[in-house]
Amino acid sequence: MQGAIAAISTPPGEGGIAIVRLSGNKVIETVDGMFKPHRQGVQLKARPSHTLTLGWIIDPEGQVLDEALVSIMREPHSYTGEDVVEINCHGGTLPARQVLERVIQAGIRLAEPGEFTRRAFLNGRLDVSQAEAVIDVIRAKTDKAMQIAVRRLQGSTHRQVQQLEDELIQINALVEASLDFPDEVGDPDYVELRERLQQIVDQLDHMLEAARRADIYREGITIAIAGKPNVGKSSLLNALLRKDKAIVTDIPGTTRDVIEDWLNVKGIPVRILDTAGIRVTEDMVERIGVERSQEVIQQADLIIFLLDVTTGITAEDQFIYDSIAPNKLIVLVNKEDLDDKKVTEEDLDQMLGSVPIIRGSVKEEIGLKELEDLIEELILAGGLESDDLEMVVNLRQQQSLHQARQHVQEVLSYMETTTLDCLGVDLRGALESLGEVTGKNLKEEVLDRIFHDFCIGK
Amino acid sequence: MITYAAGSYQVVVIGAGHAGCEAALASARMGCSTLLVTLSMENIALMPCNPSIGGPAKAQLVREIDALGGELGVNIDKANIQVRTINTGKGPAVQALRAQADKYEYHKEMLRTLLDQPNLDILMAEVTRIETKAGRVTGIVTKTGAHFDCQAIIVTSGTYLKGRIIIGDIIFDGGPGNQFPATMLSQSLQDLGLSLGRFKTGTPPRISKKSVDFTKMVEQPGDERPLRFSYISPVFIRPQLSCWLTHSTPQTHQIVMDNLDRAPMFTGVIQGLGPRYCPSFEDKVVRFAHKDSHQLFVEPEGRATDEMYVQGLNTSLPEDVQIQVLRSIPGLEKVRMIRTGYAIEYDYVLPSQLKSTLETRGIAGLFTAGQINGTSGYEEAAAQGIIAGINAARQVLDQEPLVLKRSQAYIGVLIDDLTTKEMDEPYRLLTSRAEYRLLLRQDNADLRLTEIGRQIGLVSEERWRIFQEKTQLLEKETQRMREYAVTPSDKVIGPLLVAKGSSPLKDRISLWELLRRPELEIEDYLKVGLLDEYDLDILEQLEIQAKYEGYINKQHEQVKRFEKMESKLIPAAINYENIPGLSNEAKHKLNQFQPSSVGQASRIAGVSPADVNILLIYLEKERRK
Ligand SMILES: Nc1nc2c(ncn2[C@@H]2O[C@H](COP(=O)(O)OP(=O)(O)OP(=O)(O)O)[C@@H](O)[C@H]2O)c(=O)[nH]1
Ligand SMILES: [Mg+2]
Repeated sequence: MQGAIAAISTPPGEGGIAIVRLSGNKVIETVDGMFKPHRQGVQLKARPSHTLTLGWIIDPEGQVLDEALVSIMREPHSYTGEDVVEINCHGGTLPARQVLERVIQAGIRLAEPGEFTRRAFLNGRLDVSQAEAVIDVIRAKTDKAMQIAVRRLQGSTHRQVQQLEDELIQINALVEASLDFPDEVGDPDYVELRERLQQIVDQLDHMLEAARRADIYREGITIAIAGKPNVGKSSLLNALLRKDKAIVTDIPGTTRDVIEDWLNVKGIPVRILDTAGIRVTEDMVERIGVERSQEVIQQADLIIFLLDVTTGITAEDQFIYDSIAPNKLIVLVNKEDLDDKKVTEEDLDQMLGSVPIIRGSVKEEIGLKELEDLIEELILAGGLESDDLEMVVNLRQQQSLHQARQHVQEVLSYMETTTLDCLGVDLRGALESLGEVTGKNLKEEVLDRIFHDFCIGK
Repeated sequence: MITYAAGSYQVVVIGAGHAGCEAALASARMGCSTLLVTLSMENIALMPCNPSIGGPAKAQLVREIDALGGELGVNIDKANIQVRTINTGKGPAVQALRAQADKYEYHKEMLRTLLDQPNLDILMAEVTRIETKAGRVTGIVTKTGAHFDCQAIIVTSGTYLKGRIIIGDIIFDGGPGNQFPATMLSQSLQDLGLSLGRFKTGTPPRISKKSVDFTKMVEQPGDERPLRFSYISPVFIRPQLSCWLTHSTPQTHQIVMDNLDRAPMFTGVIQGLGPRYCPSFEDKVVRFAHKDSHQLFVEPEGRATDEMYVQGLNTSLPEDVQIQVLRSIPGLEKVRMIRTGYAIEYDYVLPSQLKSTLETRGIAGLFTAGQINGTSGYEEAAAQGIIAGINAARQVLDQEPLVLKRSQAYIGVLIDDLTTKEMDEPYRLLTSRAEYRLLLRQDNADLRLTEIGRQIGLVSEERWRIFQEKTQLLEKETQRMREYAVTPSDKVIGPLLVAKGSSPLKDRISLWELLRRPELEIEDYLKVGLLDEYDLDILEQLEIQAKYEGYINKQHEQVKRFEKMESKLIPAAINYENIPGLSNEAKHKLNQFQPSSVGQASRIAGVSPADVNILLIYLEKERRK
């Protein structure tokens, strides 16, 4: 079997279910490493071919990325003729992307356009009469992917990539010239080299970060509103949406299911979810709602956790708080318009530590502006740069930039302890990775550069 | 012209330069009756340019040729006047031996070897025609009417094809070193349907040692260590002659600038494309106008000659200007010029017409090797020579051809580049052309290639014995060092680490792994008795394999991926026009180069990854038919 590949195999932009497909060597084992089945103790690799298993895809820290239905198909009885895993992500495109990134993190390569079909053919799963069709798929997909990638690489993004290319070509030329023409070109200046490489790493970090932010702008994020019953969640949803989407009453347990809508926070599309108030309940319907709330809370990018100033911090609050990761949390102490204040600074301090807290009133619209600002700040983590919106590179390109960064970092780590010929391995690796972003072969350009920059010749 | 039947050989080699000598020796040693035709007996293994062998990438080539059973390494070991290791601090992959040759000795030693070689005849003649029948070579005809039958021909005519010498406004037909050019052969090759291109190269003036003032130059002595290229040469130090470093001056550059109107490089007289890595001096002065000095090396050309080579000063300026230029250089104020520098233009065979075996695709049994294929350098020529010799002989003997991979040898890189790249200047091998540089070192060429040479039949009993002893020792010692663990309380290692300023051990570690510490050398183990006395070769090999294991393994991983595509072979003669889906550029380039594997196809400029995939689908479809 060939090396493993992965891609999202449903067309982008469509709601509902998105499928991440994997094919090749050890894919079932790899997915096992990031899969938590609903039925404990079930292992994908122990399951027979053509079975479905329900569970969660989790990140390395054990956090849930999405609930998913995972199907496995073993070689040779699969589409590609290799072991295949399909992860059906319930949360739609965005979680599917996160799952794909997780899969790539685990060392699986992003599939080239048309690669599943190509493998299917080469492994004898499609017959000869389909060859032409396969060729058409490869041609069409590749051309389209290239067009899109190149179209995306415009403006300042393009300039940044070019600058990096140029700098890496120069550095490679410097090193290679010193190796191949020792009489004419001396040793490179290591202090200068280190500085320049560090700048490249910084620049790549900057680009990757900007790409991440740009992704957020394009794909949006999910925010869940959580809290015990009657704390004012539905009121907050309505206030943020500026319309009466959810029913508001003073009866605890009004909201029984997740309610969602889209919101625009400073240009970022935000999917906002109102949840059923979480509490222990005997009511069947409400209990299902509570369970759904807990799931949603796990998956959201950001959670607004509401406290009621008039009730003080209760055991229910503590229970809910414990199920939320503190790094994606904003606390809103609600109903500050009322006089009966039972939540003190000490209470908050004790429970929350350094989590951002806003005191306000949804009813009187106090603190809502502050809340929106905080949301933006947290999403963008570091603020918005003017060129972020142009820093739109696709996942494949991001992966290449990331690889380039790793190579350069490797050079920096071993500069003092290893020889120049070895450093050359990663310097070239960086150049190759960067070349993948633009589809260029940069090796020849290094030679041109050597002859341009150095007076070589006997 | 009336011809006469002069005899019959299995293999004929045309040209006795560095490619021709290797080709003829390989063929004869493999048991084929071989005729080596040369324009002049004095030209055999001539070094018309820099009398130097080795340097980065080239030293690796020499060692590879040697491991296969070739002659270059052995010959330079007999005929050097100085040997040095260069790039010592930059790592094992680029460390390289370089020797100054005694060019007369070099010629004499090679001539002796050729004359002593059974199965090999030498003939002084000019070949004017290659004869073919039904797309296959059948024989050659000389200028004087001799006709020889043969089954394979290797053309190694260097820069002699339609050679044209240029010195200022003086232009005449000639080969290098004022030899006769080969004019008719060029036409004969074209008649056979081969496309030729035209390149240019040059050489500096030679000066008389007596007239040089060395007190104004910096001495460059050789290494006082026994260095050798060949794994089978005796180990000893030959008396070393020094080279001398000087430099051009602003006055030198002024003289060049004042005479540009008489420089053929700039007046349009020279049209052939010259190599960028070997520009003429006038080129350097003009292109790097901000530099007011270029370094120049003055190198002896032999022990018994007064001639010295001025490295860095190759030029086609008029003779009177050359003398002025020389005399503006420190130490050369009163110099006497013995030979004038010149540029030479020559025809070469576009190597895209070659298979990876160096056989031409159009004419069966016709091989070309060396500078005729557009390369430069003695080592590059010799490397192609031995491969062409091997493959011509194997064809005659009805055996599978030998093609070395890029991951196996610089020879593989060289020939693969020739057969997949568009050339716009004479090709010179560089370490940066090799993807797997860390694997293709000069120190392990024998480990990489001796067995192949043995199978082919070029490795002598003696070489085989030396190789086996070495590999057995290496294996044994590697295993011992991997298994020998030392602990933090070790009485020997502890003090050694202190003495070396290396941090103390925390855990048990093997001698092998410990050697990865940059501050430790294998000699340290030797000194404290953790290692037996071995030959330098063995010690060096152990140290490199231990120290660089991480990076070496990294490269092995890369090779694995690379070889997947290399092993997908393309059957001969595909018309790429008929493959639907390929881009037009890919169709054109693939038809031009006719790659032998999918890997090779992917290296041709203009063939995109999508084209490669489409090619894969097409091949699979054909296979299933
Ligand atoms: N005084 C005051 N009342 C508020 C405020 N926010 C919400 N309320 C009231 O609190 C009650 C509950 O509000 P909801 O928005 O339905 O609460 P919920 O958290 O969605 O409740 P469940 O859906 O039952 O979990 C309503 O009567 C609201 O009018 C506030 O800031 N001040
Ligand atoms: Mg509600």
